[in-house]
Amino acid sequence: MVRADHEPPAHRRRHGLRAWAGRQYWPALWYLLPAAIVYTLFVLRPLGQTAWISLFRWDGLTEGRWVGLGNYRALLSDTRIPAAIGHSLEFVVFYALLPVALGLFLAALMSRIRVYGLSFFRAVLFLPQILATVVVAVSWRWLYDIDGPLNAALRAVGLGSLARAWLGDYHTALPSVGLVGTWVMYGLCMVLFLAGTQKIPTELYESARIDGCGPVREFFTVTLPALRGEMSIALVLTITYALRNFDLVWNTTTGGPGTSTTVPSVFIYQGAFLTHEVGGAAAISVCLTAVVLMVTGLVMRLVRGKEG
Amino acid sequence: MLTSRRQTVIGHAVLAVAAIAALYPFLSVVLLALSKPGTRQSGFTLPTSISFDNFSEAWSRGLFSQALLSSLIVAAAVVVGTIVLAVLAGYAFAAFPFPLKGLLLGLLLVGLVMPYEATVIPLYYQLRSWHLTNTYWALILPQIGLSLPFAVFWMRTFFVSTPPALREAAAVDGASRFRTLRSILLPMAAPAIGTLATLLFLFAWNEFLLALVLVPDDRSVQTAPLALSFFAGNRRNSNPGVTAAAAVIVALPVLISYIALQRRMISGMLAGAVKE
Repeated sequence: MVRADHEPPAHRRRHGLRAWAGRQYWPALWYLLPAAIVYTLFVLRPLGQTAWISLFRWDGLTEGRWVGLGNYRALLSDTRIPAAIGHSLEFVVFYALLPVALGLFLAALMSRIRVYGLSFFRAVLFLPQILATVVVAVSWRWLYDIDGPLNAALRAVGLGSLARAWLGDYHTALPSVGLVGTWVMYGLCMVLFLAGTQKIPTELYESARIDGCGPVREFFTVTLPALRGEMSIALVLTITYALRNFDLVWNTTTGGPGTSTTVPSVFIYQGAFLTHEVGGAAAISVCLTAVVLMVTGLVMRLVRGKEG
Repeated sequence: MLTSRRQTVIGHAVLAVAAIAALYPFLSVVLLALSKPGTRQSGFTLPTSISFDNFSEAWSRGLFSQALLSSLIVAAAVVVGTIVLAVLAGYAFAAFPFPLKGLLLGLLLVGLVMPYEATVIPLYYQLRSWHLTNTYWALILPQIGLSLPFAVFWMRTFFVSTPPALREAAAVDGASRFRTLRSILLPMAAPAIGTLATLLFLFAWNEFLLALVLVPDDRSVQTAPLALSFFAGNRRNSNPGVTAAAAVIVALPVLISYIALQRRMISGMLAGAVKE
């Protein structure tokens, strides 16, 4: 996290007012002003307005009607919401827990050996990260297509009865989209953790060996604690991606079939721009933002806090 | 030596499998795009003959030349605008004392962590009332705003890492603050700015939701990912080969720059993540 350093020293703070009058701080303002204007107009102000809009019943066209927390109460009784939250949690498993587990598994395997061709593997594993999500979605729609490679492979090994339109089936759509998220994220986790293990001093492993640690104990006493910083980064990035998750869901299934892959961000887009329930959509935005900020803070605290 | 040969082999085998899995989905789309229209493609056999028919059809039907141009204009404007603002603000945060610095950095941090879904609804109504929806400005201005937290922290970290003696020496020689920035710090910052520019370009190029919300109706300003999304979602385009070619067209500029700049992009993304 960013430290709020460069606090003005005490003697300067005491003379704060005089410094303002003496124009000591004016230059800083001139340098900050352009960025502050753009940031305020296009980030902070909309953020506040979202919260404000969430207190109205509004169709985006006519005058809004003040309903206070009514939109939030309506969310509590909306039967679509628990399902969407459930989907989001399942996506967290696919987008965050699975990639982190895969990354840790690889890190455990590679912890004490020199990695050959790391820069090559890094470049290949990072590929899913740089492709536009729309491109990723189109690629996987082909993989999952009824005539696509996955079904062709199943038929080739005599499991043709399992072949199906994976994204169009109520039972398989959610895990299918989830696996795409795993694919996007596992390379990042592997690269992060591999880089982390290469920095662990070999003496730690040597002393663990002398103390008679097996590979499993060694992983838990040496490798895992050393990767704490990398883990918090990986978890924040992947969980945030899983909770937001608009681009991928919209371009693979648009929330369907039925409502089997709906997530909150899909409701935000639909409510705000298709069905004209802008106030309700804003209320979902506020909740989503709060959850993302809370999870980020929590992960940072849980994983990093122990470092002291 | 602690290293056991068996472990080395197993580890690298797993790594190789992971690399193939990372490569395969996009590779199969490239092969599909290169196959002759109408031929069956299982995705495992190499096509016997290479054909660019799918590409020419996607290119002419999907208006991708216009979309790529729009993406280029938007991404370039976002990169230049963000860097100018972030250099100035990052310099102020790193080199000047002023009150409420911690609070301002905290506000920036909110923008870094917040999902930008939280801003699209008011952004749409605000930009519409300014008659800016369906123009490049609707994509450029909000993306500059949303890129600023990352870019300002990035530049601030760089300026903090430069020796303060440098600034003091320049001040002794009578250089103004701006002169110090322009003639001494900016030349030093070139590599950091280069990496930042690459990342900002990548993010702007791949942006989807803002484009979907803010330029939905005018095909001449739609960016490449949005054009691809509409093209692939169109039920009449049932030919998977043409859709695959469209996806390759949209991915190609990023892929080429990735091949050229991969070291910088990866280290930048990792460093950026670590700073977060």
